[in-house]
Amino acid sequence: MVKVLVLRVEGTNCELETANALRLAGAEPELVHINALMKGQKGIEDYQGLIIPGGFSHGDDISAGVILANQIKYLMGNEVRAFVEEGKPIMGICNGFQALVKSWLLPAIDGPFIKQDATLAFNDSGVFKDEWVHLKPVKNHACKFLQDVKKGVYLPIAHAEGRFIVDKETIKEMNSNKQIVFKYVENPNGSVENIAGVSNPEGNVFGMMPHPERFVHGWMHPSWTRGKINEEGDGLQFFRGFVKYASKF
Amino acid sequence: MIAKEINIVDATDEELMELSKKGLLSLTLDEMKKIREYYVRMGRNPTDIELETIAQTWSEHCVHKTFKATIKTPKGEIESLFKSFIFKATEELNHPWCLSVFKDNAGIIDFDGKYAIAAKVETHNHPTALDPYGGAGTGSGGVFRDVMGVGAKPILSTDVLFFGPLDYPYDKLPPGTMHPKRLFKGSVAGIRDYGNRMGIPTANGAVAFDDGYVGNPLVYAGCIGIMPIERYVYNPKPKDLILLVGGKTGRDGIHGVTFASVELEDSSEETSSGAVQIGNPIKEKVVLDGLLKARDAGSRPLYSAVTDCGGGGLSSAVGEMAKNLGANVHLDRVPLKYSGLKPWEIWISESQERMILAVPPENKERIKEIFENEGCEATFIGEFRADKRLILYYDEEIVGELDAGFLHDTPAIARTAKWKKPKEVIPKLPRKKKLGEDLKKILASPNVASKEWVIRQYDHEVQGRTIVKPLQGVGFGPGDATVLKPLYDSWRGIVVSNGFNSKYSEDPYNMALSAIDEAMRNNVACGGRRIALLDNFSWGNPEKPEVMGALIEASRACYDGAKGFSAPFISGKDSLHNEYVYKGKTISIPHTLVITAIGIIPDVRTAITMDLKKAGNYIYIVGKTYDELGGSHYLMVNGTKGGKVPTVNLKEAKKSMDALTEAMDRGLVASCHDCSEGGIGVAVSEMGFAGGLGAKINLKKVPLGERIKTDDKILFSESNSRFIVEVSKKNAKDFEAVMGGNSFAKIGEVTKQKKVVVRGSKGVVVSEALSSLKRAWGGTIKW
Repeated sequence: MVKVLVLRVEGTNCELETANALRLAGAEPELVHINALMKGQKGIEDYQGLIIPGGFSHGDDISAGVILANQIKYLMGNEVRAFVEEGKPIMGICNGFQALVKSWLLPAIDGPFIKQDATLAFNDSGVFKDEWVHLKPVKNHACKFLQDVKKGVYLPIAHAEGRFIVDKETIKEMNSNKQIVFKYVENPNGSVENIAGVSNPEGNVFGMMPHPERFVHGWMHPSWTRGKINEEGDGLQFFRGFVKYASKF
Repeated sequence: MIAKEINIVDATDEELMELSKKGLLSLTLDEMKKIREYYVRMGRNPTDIELETIAQTWSEHCVHKTFKATIKTPKGEIESLFKSFIFKATEELNHPWCLSVFKDNAGIIDFDGKYAIAAKVETHNHPTALDPYGGAGTGSGGVFRDVMGVGAKPILSTDVLFFGPLDYPYDKLPPGTMHPKRLFKGSVAGIRDYGNRMGIPTANGAVAFDDGYVGNPLVYAGCIGIMPIERYVYNPKPKDLILLVGGKTGRDGIHGVTFASVELEDSSEETSSGAVQIGNPIKEKVVLDGLLKARDAGSRPLYSAVTDCGGGGLSSAVGEMAKNLGANVHLDRVPLKYSGLKPWEIWISESQERMILAVPPENKERIKEIFENEGCEATFIGEFRADKRLILYYDEEIVGELDAGFLHDTPAIARTAKWKKPKEVIPKLPRKKKLGEDLKKILASPNVASKEWVIRQYDHEVQGRTIVKPLQGVGFGPGDATVLKPLYDSWRGIVVSNGFNSKYSEDPYNMALSAIDEAMRNNVACGGRRIALLDNFSWGNPEKPEVMGALIEASRACYDGAKGFSAPFISGKDSLHNEYVYKGKTISIPHTLVITAIGIIPDVRTAITMDLKKAGNYIYIVGKTYDELGGSHYLMVNGTKGGKVPTVNLKEAKKSMDALTEAMDRGLVASCHDCSEGGIGVAVSEMGFAGGLGAKINLKKVPLGERIKTDDKILFSESNSRFIVEVSKKNAKDFEAVMGGNSFAKIGEVTKQKKVVVRGSKGVVVSEALSSLKRAWGGTIKW
């Protein structure tokens, strides 16, 4: 069984459904609190993949995900760097994505923890929004574990700070590195170039605002009562791809 | 001495009352006299902390004096509203699936034999009036802790809100009150930030507006939780340790429960703002994380009892748990936000995000470690005794000593009630040939209008359990109920709905019965059955006989409704004294009863939504329509009043709901919507724009319960127990067979043409494009 660490911290709140999605994808998820990692009771090197689920880590005080980001960068930097450089997969969903960007693990054009290339700012609407959005994968993107997601997907977003912001130079580099993985079909938050999900240049670290764990079976679709239901939801393939890739380690 | 002695033994009656009022104790003269009597017998005066403890324990908020009071009425005495009506129905129904009712922090019912559902609804009205963001947010936080207080994991947050009109003129606003729009926006933000951060989906609720709520808004926060039945414990023992977990204690929320029992005034903001609590949802999330770990850590929970530390603070949480035991409490050990708190302030502070656990001594180290690993502070502050003495220490000095027997011997009170049914006024209505404009006005009225602006700010899908969501179909129509799938490995579901209609409050019996019927039919419309109810009263001052009379009327309806639908009450709460005093004039809220209904659906994949599904399908109505326009939206948009408030024929209602459930179970129903505010006209329109399909219906086919002469009354009557049901042509025959013996009729069909067309006695009375109906409905609450 593929062992995946689902990271918990004060304010994480999507860990159970994320673990459930991993289980459905054939993995053996383990929910581990960051305090246990910091005390040395657990080590991330014992896992084949790492997922940072959604929530409001530390209340999103200062700004979304930033305290968790600093814990990752300054308190477990070496371990995480080794994990990334080994090529093991990391996925950040919603607050997890915010933490990856703010800890400089994404887009990480020059490598992990070098500099902050981007941020996730307040939605252009200024408020938290829960709604379903269409995403389409960008051709030939770098993400190693999402190559099987070939068609557009429909997933819910639920965030207040999801506007992905980068400057033009960075966008250019991200494009040439194929780091833009998903784009919104209708932009829900004002993200630059409709960017919804990005990876690092190597393609083993990926993050996005929408929640794939909230659509693992057909009856989670917002209008499933209206017609033909696919038993499997669009979100499950994200976890399946992740687990398949993680199994190599 | 750290504690102050309060002179009661020699105090005159006037002095006693002044003490009660100045100290925000909210105790009556009789109660103060009973305290004096006790201390005279003891041969000493109470300390400040003792007096505060008594005030907290005897507050309306904590013991529901009014619902237990003996009431004098012209027709004789009623022993207790609770025992005579609300609990009586539950007792008589005696359903085996009711596991713990009206006993714990939350009502507990069986889910599937292995798991139980815990449910609670609370009001947080007065704090919200002073600070909408903090008040409404901590309302959610408090009710979540109630559900956590039985050891359950919260899986749904519900909110029903009442405010004054959004366009209320600023210059008419009573001093010291906030504008309804500000209260509304602030409350929604508070609920949003608490629920979203805790990761509890807010997926059911309502918002309503009425002039009567201008000085006194209402916030009903509810929570549904799930837990393994075998993990429920409540058995604190002598020598068990008292563990305080969660946030630190400060001066916030002092006198919250006693403040709840006084009328609001223009000076409330200055005198009572210390009574409003300050919330921190992440603190509560770590309490939850730790609590669930402590619950599941061993073969049994590591604690022998757990309770929320809410109204009344430690005095109430520890006091209640120590009721039959007694306890030693060391107040100096309580972690503080800042120094300088007096012992009595520590003892009654309502600082948020705290819970109390009774822990057997052998689990001391383990449970502390579990909480601390989750980032949650956990402090042992004392231990339970065996002699029913409650002894409070500060730095080893005794600051208060109470006898649990006296403390919990709450003085009985007496109330007087009278009730006169108001005379029926026949409403004046102009004759109308076309009703399209009225329909759009009703759709645009704030109570009916789309609440998408609110709903999208709430994370209604976190935890991945929300199967039927609040916005339905392609046009995001208003769903009747929320369906949850609480377990990852089972398709069994919970259906949650609510009902209320304070526009009917002049006839409190039918108002309450209508609320029950509405909650029931919202639940049934989505596929719910085996329904349990929660009652939440917000009323005016019960010391006024006519207010008390109205309360009896509503309680009577609770008994009749629960019995009629075989749906027991499992938990409830009352918030009385919802009045605003200004220049000697008292403005009372409309009597408001919110009913929450919790049903079961054997398989969530069979749930029904309200959006029309396919052109060519038939449209049926179930239930009879009466000339019942009292409190209706139709009269409101025409600027008039009067008419009969809708009542319920319980026998017919129950029978047709059971038949409808059977039709659903046989797969015969394509969509179903309850018929409520705005009647048939609104229900069909909502189904239309939710499904992106038109409808044509004929009012002549609608089964009537009495002679109704005009089309407008048929289209907009708000008679109860009615559903609009969509059935495919193929299933029509079977549907009619299943519904046989009930009042129902085919009234039209679903059309491809995106229009709602209503034919009346003399031709078409409504012909409106879906887009214009949707625009009317969607344009009111949008910022």
